[in-house]
Amino acid sequence: MANKIARVSVREQDPAVRATNFEEVCYGYNAEEAQLEASRCLNCKNPRCVAACPVNINIPAFIHSLAEGDFAKASAIIAEDSSLPSICGRVCPQETQCEGSCILGIKGEPVAIGKLERFVGDWSLDNGGKGSAEITPNGKRVAVIGSGPSGLACAFDLAKMGYDVTVFEALHKLGGVLVYGIPEFRLPKQKIVAREIEDLSRVGVKFETDVIVGRTITIDDLLDREGFSAVFIGSGAGLPRFMGIEGENLNGVVSANEFLTRANLMRAYDDEYDTPIYVGKRVAVVGGGNVAMDAVRTAKRLGAEATIIYRRSEAELPARREEVHHAKEEGIEFRMLTNPTRVNGDEKGWVTGLSCVEMELGEPDESGRRSPVVKQGSDFDIPCDVVIMALGTSPNPLLKSTTRGLETNRRGCIVADENGATTREGVFAGGDAVTGAATVILAMGAGRRAAKAIDEYIKSK
Amino acid sequence: MFKIVEKRALADNIYLLRIEAPRVAQSALPGQFVIVRVDETGERVPLTIADYDKADGTVTIVIQTIGVSTRKLCTLEVGDSIADFAGPLGNPSEFVHLSAEELRSRRYLFVAGGVGTAPVYPQVKWLSEHGCKADVIIGAKTASMLIYTSEMEAVAENLYIATDDGSAGFKGMVTAKIKDLIDNEHKSYDECVAIGPMIMMKFVTLTTREYSLPTTVSLNALMVDGTGMCGACRVSVDGKTLFTCVDGPEFDGHKVDFDEAMRRQAMYRRQEGEATEKHNHHCNCF
Repeated sequence: MANKIARVSVREQDPAVRATNFEEVCYGYNAEEAQLEASRCLNCKNPRCVAACPVNINIPAFIHSLAEGDFAKASAIIAEDSSLPSICGRVCPQETQCEGSCILGIKGEPVAIGKLERFVGDWSLDNGGKGSAEITPNGKRVAVIGSGPSGLACAFDLAKMGYDVTVFEALHKLGGVLVYGIPEFRLPKQKIVAREIEDLSRVGVKFETDVIVGRTITIDDLLDREGFSAVFIGSGAGLPRFMGIEGENLNGVVSANEFLTRANLMRAYDDEYDTPIYVGKRVAVVGGGNVAMDAVRTAKRLGAEATIIYRRSEAELPARREEVHHAKEEGIEFRMLTNPTRVNGDEKGWVTGLSCVEMELGEPDESGRRSPVVKQGSDFDIPCDVVIMALGTSPNPLLKSTTRGLETNRRGCIVADENGATTREGVFAGGDAVTGAATVILAMGAGRRAAKAIDEYIKSK
Repeated sequence: MFKIVEKRALADNIYLLRIEAPRVAQSALPGQFVIVRVDETGERVPLTIADYDKADGTVTIVIQTIGVSTRKLCTLEVGDSIADFAGPLGNPSEFVHLSAEELRSRRYLFVAGGVGTAPVYPQVKWLSEHGCKADVIIGAKTASMLIYTSEMEAVAENLYIATDDGSAGFKGMVTAKIKDLIDNEHKSYDECVAIGPMIMMKFVTLTTREYSLPTTVSLNALMVDGTGMCGACRVSVDGKTLFTCVDGPEFDGHKVDFDEAMRRQAMYRRQEGEATEKHNHHCNCF
C-alpha cells in the first residue's frame, strides 16, 4: 500500500548564494529520500504517467524497484526506454507530462517522478553505467547528424540493435543544446552530460566532432561515397530570431544563443578560458521561455541586475514553472505585459536602454493564448546596457540547400512523417530541425521513433 | 586533433600555418573560412582559408597575432596539434558557379590589404586554373608588411603593389591605385573583389562606386560558433540584417553598412585588451 506522506522536498542551494555561482541549483534526493518518495507511488493499474511520457518510460515499475532498494533494476527499467535519465530528470517539463498526469496530483502533490529518475540516472553513472545486453553487429552503417538529444537517442537505439553508428557534431563538444544552451547550474556538463554521453560510446557509437554536414561533407557523400545505409538528421533549431526593431544591431544587443554559448560552451565566466562575454550592469532579457530564464539567470550570476521583459502576462510564460520560481528566488525582476519598440544607444553605438509599451490581453489567438494588444500612449523607457533577445529560432537552410530531394515546409523546417522519414529516401529527421524549438524529451522521442523506422527501412532493402 | 605540418613567418606578427585536415581540404572552395580553436581554453576563431591541397589533405591559414587566441596559435610549431579545425564554412565565392565560357570572358580586379592578402590567393588561383584573368593590387603600410607577393605573381595576370610610404611599388593607398589603373592605364573590369581591413574595404567600395564597378567584399565579423547559431556576426546589407557565417562571408560591398560593421567588430575590444594583458603577464613568450 502506498505511503500517505507529503511529497519529500528536495534540497536546493540557498538562492542568495547560488545567484553568485554556477554550481547546480538542486542537490537531488539521497537514497533514503528517494526511497521514501518512491513509496508514495500508488502503482496504478492504468498508469497515466507512462502515456504522458514522450518516451513511455515504465514509471511505476522503476519506482517500485527503487522503493524496494533495487537501484540496478530501476536503472535497467528506465534504460529500456531512455538513454539519458540523468539529463531528463533535470530538464524535462515533468509538471506537464508524467507528474502532470499523476493521480496523486489531483488532490495533493504528484510523485516527484523527475527527481526519482534523476536519482536513478545519477546512481547508475556512479555505479558502472547502464550496461547493456550483448550486441551482435550487423555490419550496416548509419550516420547521425548532431549530438543533441534526438541524435543521441537515435544513435543509442541503433547501436543496441547492432548498427555501426557514427555521430557527426559540428561543434567541438558533444551534446548539442545540452552543452551550448542549458546552463551548468541546471545541467552540469562534466559531471552529468559528458558522463552520460560516455556511457553511449560504450555501446560502440563513434563520434566525430568539427564536422559540419552540408559543408565539411554532404548527406549525398555520406550515402553515396562513405557507405552509410541511412542518415538521421538531428541538427537542432537553427538561427536566432530578432524582433526587427530599430537599434537591434547596437553593441550590447545579443541573442540568447550567443550569450549562452559564450557562457556554457565556451565557459566565458571562467577566468581560465579565453572567450569574452559582455554583461554590463543592467541586463534586459526579452522573451518568456526556458531559454530566456537560462539567459537571465546566467546574467544575474555574472553580476548584473537582470530583468525579464515579456509581452503577455505571467500565466502565459512558456517557461517551466520551476525555472520561473527559481529565477524569482534568485532576485530576477519580471516585467510582464511589456513590449520593446526600440533599442536606444549612445553616440558611440552602445545600448543605453529600451523604449517599451505596456500591453493588455485581448482575444485568444491561434495558439489559444490571449494575444497582447498595445495600450495606447503607454510608452516608457527601461534603462539597461545589455539586451538579450530570447525569441526562438528559425531553421538553418544549410542541409536543405546541400541535399538533393530534401524538402522543407513553409517555415523552413524539414518535412518528416511521424516516424521521421523525410522526402529523400534513406534520410530521416527528428527533433527541433523538424518541429522548431521544443524540448529535450520530445527530441529524444523523435530520435527513438526514427531509429525504429531506420531499422525497418534498412531491413526492407 | 589537427597537426601542423608547416609554419612560416611571413612578416612581423603574421604567420602561415599549414594544417592536416583532410575532410576540410576535400570540400574547401575559394571564399570559405574555418573555425580554429587552439586548445581546451581557447576561443573559436574564424579565419579565411588561404590555400588548400586536396591531394595531401592540408589547409593553409594565415594569422596576424592580435589577441590572446591568435598569439597562442602562433606559438605552436610544426608537429604540434590544435584542438579544433572546423570547416569549410560560409558560401564559396559566387564565381565558382559560373560556366567556363563566362569565366573566360570576365575580368576581375582583386584588392588585397594586409593579412587579407592570404584569402585573395585561392580565389585568384582558382580563376587562373579556370582560364579567367585577374589583376591584383596588394596594399600594405610598408614593404616589410607585404605578404604572398611571389605566390600571387604566379597566378595573377598583373600584380600591382601599393605601399603607403612608397617603399615598394606604387606610393599611396590601394584606392589611388584603383583610380590609376582605370583612369591612366584605361583598364576595365567586370568585378572588383576587396578583402582586407574593414576600413580598406569601405574606401574601396566608395572608390569603385564612382566607376559603377560591382564590388564584392569578404567580411571578417565576430563569430562564436560560425555555423549560424549565435548571430554575433550579423551585418546590415541593403538595410536587411544578414548573418555573415550563413549568408556570407562575401557580400555586395556597395550595400554593406561598414560603419555599423566596424563598430560591431569592436564590441569585445576592452575585454580582449584585458585578456591580452593577463596573458602577457602569465607568459613572457612575446
